Amino acid sequence: MSAVASEHEHTDDHHDHGPAKGWMRWIVTTNHKDIGSMYLIFALIMFFVGGTMALIIRAELFEPGMQFVEPQFFNSMTTMHALVMVFGAVMPAFVGFANWMIPMMIGAPDMALPRMNNMSFWMLVAGILMLASTLFMEGGAPASGWTLYPPLVLQTGDALPFAVFSVHLLGISSIMGAINIIATILNMRAPKMSLMQMPLFVWTWLITGFLLIAIMPVFAGAVTMLLTDRFFETSFFDAAGGGDPVLYQHIFWFFGHPEVYVMILPTFGIASTIIPVFARKPLFGYSSMVYATASIAFLSFIVWAHHMFTVGMPISGELFFMYATMIIAVPTGVKIFNWTATMWKGAMTFEAPMLFSIAFVVLFTLGGFTGLMMSIAPVDFQYHDTYFIVAHFHYTLVPASVFILMAGGYFWIPKWTGKMYDERLARLHFWLSAISVNILFFPQHFLGLAGMPRRIPDYATQFSDWNMVSSIGAFIFGFSQLMFVYIVIKTIKGKDCADATDEVWEDAAKHGLEWTLPSPVPYHTFATPPEKIPTEHF
Amino acid sequence: MKKTKLQLVYLTLMMLGLKSVEASDYTLNLMKGVTKTSNDIYDLHMLTLWVCVFIGVAVFGTMFYSIYHHRKSKGHKAEQFHENTTVEIIWTIIPTIILIAMAIPATKLMIEMDDVSESEMSIKVTGWQWKWEYEYLDNGVHFFSSLDEKSNQARKLGSDIDPRTVDHYLLNVDKPLVIPTNTKIRFLFTAADVLHSWWVPDLGWKTDTIPGFINEAWTLVEKAGTYRGQCAELCGKDHGFMPIVVIAMDKPDYELWVKEQKALAQAQLAAADREWTHEELMTKGKSIYTSSCASCHMDDGSGMTGTFPAIAGSSMVTGDIGNEINIVMNGQGMMPAFGSMLSAADFAAVITYTRNSFGNAVGDLVQPSKIKSLQAELVSANDDDDDDD
Ligand code: HEM
Ligand SMILES: [Cu+2]
Ligand SMILES: [Cu+2]
Repeated sequence: MSAVASEHEHTDDHHDHGPAKGWMRWIVTTNHKDIGSMYLIFALIMFFVGGTMALIIRAELFEPGMQFVEPQFFNSMTTMHALVMVFGAVMPAFVGFANWMIPMMIGAPDMALPRMNNMSFWMLVAGILMLASTLFMEGGAPASGWTLYPPLVLQTGDALPFAVFSVHLLGISSIMGAINIIATILNMRAPKMSLMQMPLFVWTWLITGFLLIAIMPVFAGAVTMLLTDRFFETSFFDAAGGGDPVLYQHIFWFFGHPEVYVMILPTFGIASTIIPVFARKPLFGYSSMVYATASIAFLSFIVWAHHMFTVGMPISGELFFMYATMIIAVPTGVKIFNWTATMWKGAMTFEAPMLFSIAFVVLFTLGGFTGLMMSIAPVDFQYHDTYFIVAHFHYTLVPASVFILMAGGYFWIPKWTGKMYDERLARLHFWLSAISVNILFFPQHFLGLAGMPRRIPDYATQFSDWNMVSSIGAFIFGFSQLMFVYIVIKTIKGKDCADATDEVWEDAAKHGLEWTLPSPVPYHTFATPPEKIPTEHF
Repeated sequence: MKKTKLQLVYLTLMMLGLKSVEASDYTLNLMKGVTKTSNDIYDLHMLTLWVCVFIGVAVFGTMFYSIYHHRKSKGHKAEQFHENTTVEIIWTIIPTIILIAMAIPATKLMIEMDDVSESEMSIKVTGWQWKWEYEYLDNGVHFFSSLDEKSNQARKLGSDIDPRTVDHYLLNVDKPLVIPTNTKIRFLFTAADVLHSWWVPDLGWKTDTIPGFINEAWTLVEKAGTYRGQCAELCGKDHGFMPIVVIAMDKPDYELWVKEQKALAQAQLAAADREWTHEELMTKGKSIYTSSCASCHMDDGSGMTGTFPAIAGSSMVTGDIGNEINIVMNGQGMMPAFGSMLSAADFAAVITYTRNSFGNAVGDLVQPSKIKSLQAELVSANDDDDDDD
């Protein structure tokens, strides 16, 4: 199958191509499982890099007054934290799951474009390294927020062109990944599997793939205009030359709003995969889940200016973007109701993947509520650019996307390694995370409402108490995540871990093709497409 | 009906361990503010909040009931239903109706906020890195407003000053904006360098200030008082340190204040005409340097490598005085043009100070009168530009 593996002699006794030997395996591999693992490990490392930056921020905000860093560096930290988390941790983690699981879920032997797959991974690494290198440059890393608004971003020191090129690299990597995923889903499905029989994780990634192809070029274009404004005398965003700084915001958010859905749609997909297994029931409303996902994706392209209610739009613009944003609550609500209905009258058990998934449904709903509140344009004139916003999007990202990434890790790692993870520790990890994430982010609602702007390194003394609480939560949350690393390593090593059965979870084989494969899953799977498609999920 | 509902939610919140929302307004909930707009915003905020709380109680209630009762450990057997078009339609339609009900008051309020007509006076607000400029278009009062000195000292890294001992830490300015009560005021917003956003929560809104563009907003404050806010759009390193203080005064007091301001401006002009001693200029220069220059060039004139050049030992500062005046007057790159920002005396003082501090010892000085004539040239040059348009 893969060019690399075939150059080696068969030394193992079962008739299968094993991976290449030695470390070169990881550089040249075209195997979707290897590449999936690399994406996931890379994402986990970046999660800790971005997390360290977050802890620097929270340490500085522990008390009023400046204790540890200069304001400029603080701004670099908020900017780099966001960029690393979005482009280095959350997105690659979902691509990692896509690589591992999509071929196994649709009965395909590998991704459609395995060499390009390798290239998109290494381009991601190059992009992130280039971004990280700006930390050591004259003038510091970008410090204008992850939104990179001009004119401020044009005041960045030597780092600006490197940040721009790293966005280009990350964009190309994402687009290649998206093309690959779409091609795999549309062309490599087992012949017996129709589109409306695909697991929801596959569906959500199909839609996410199209989102990525549509938006990454837009972002790349926007930052390229920043580059030419700075170095080639153009004035796209400079009023003095006939340009418009707000134009950048429109372009950025045309990318940015769908981008937040790039991070949440696969989250929905994994949750929709996990909840039925542990409720021992089929997913409620399979087809309405698919349509809701598609509607959200469509709507995500026409709501961008809800990030810009205060830039001085004409009233018709304010109203249009308010209505469009409010409508998103409808398909989002449908999803939440469907998950609840899936649990209803099931026979639930609460292993770590299910715990994280339930916490996701509850806490994501909270993030949705604040989203709805902010969609009311006149009220957003108060909320905008405060900690209320910070609380909103962290609820939709941390106890939503990140929790589901953890859930997916626990859910599939027995399949990958053939070993059960330590359930007792995993539950402890869950409870620590679920409690501390709320200590961390819930008080930020209060701070925002009380008037604390976001992206400030120091604050008025009446904000002290909740900031201190939030920082304490942050440190507990941050250190709790080390448990995840410990549990994963322990499972991979496999000592003192029970063997996983092929099905892993009770009756899981009714829910998805991946559970019909042996555990640990062989290096190559579905060389011939499966005959029988599990139909429990629709 | 409405009241009992409210009480119910209120109770639920209390059970959740949240303190009473009403009792501790300031730390937990949005403030009501002091304008009709801000009160309407508050009401709309509460409306959506309650809607969310109700939906949340219903959804989470169902979910937790299910989690409690429908578990395998209790011997519950899973049912296998997985579709029901009727409920899908119901839970699409009902939220839609709720949303429409929310959109109606929201639309009304939005239109009201957008309407700046019939305002009685106009104030132009310009955002600078990192201070605010206020121009009263009707009576010519004009000044800059930046973080007050006590906060500014305390907020330095390693300052050893406990912020809790500073009055209104980070929310105090050297010169507040003063507005009359019971007057519809139109604000015009723009920026000199990067984006900023002018936000006083008690007035109910923030508006972005954008270089090259003008935004509008209005307010009408009924109650005299002091209202504080901050810049709300990231504008560089000192974004967290450019507060806003608005003092609303009853009309007669306000008129008095305007008179005072005019007298002050006169005095400043007069000050520029007399001869200043080196010592006088140095003392004044030090305070101007701290408030206008130190945020970039640092207190000790050492600058920041890569972005802000040092003043100490700079060949530009110790070279020809004309060059230095020119740069400070007209700006360069990230450095703002101080020509119209500082009075002639302040300008002359700070030039003199930089040439004779931080180890610089040129020994010369420049008289305010000289600066005054340069500033006059600057103004007429600008007027010429305008004529060309
Ligand atoms: C019910 C669904 C949602 C609604 C109605 C909604 C609405 C909004 C609105 C109106 C804002 C702008 C607020 C402001 O800046 O004034 C916003 C900001 C944001 N939202 Fe959402 N949102 C929803 C779901 C999500 C999801 C699913 C994610 C990500 C997974 C997300 C991530 C973000 C982020 C990152 C920002 C802040 C961006 C920034 O300014 O840096 N939101 N949301
Ligand atoms: Cu958005
Ligand atoms: Cu600012």
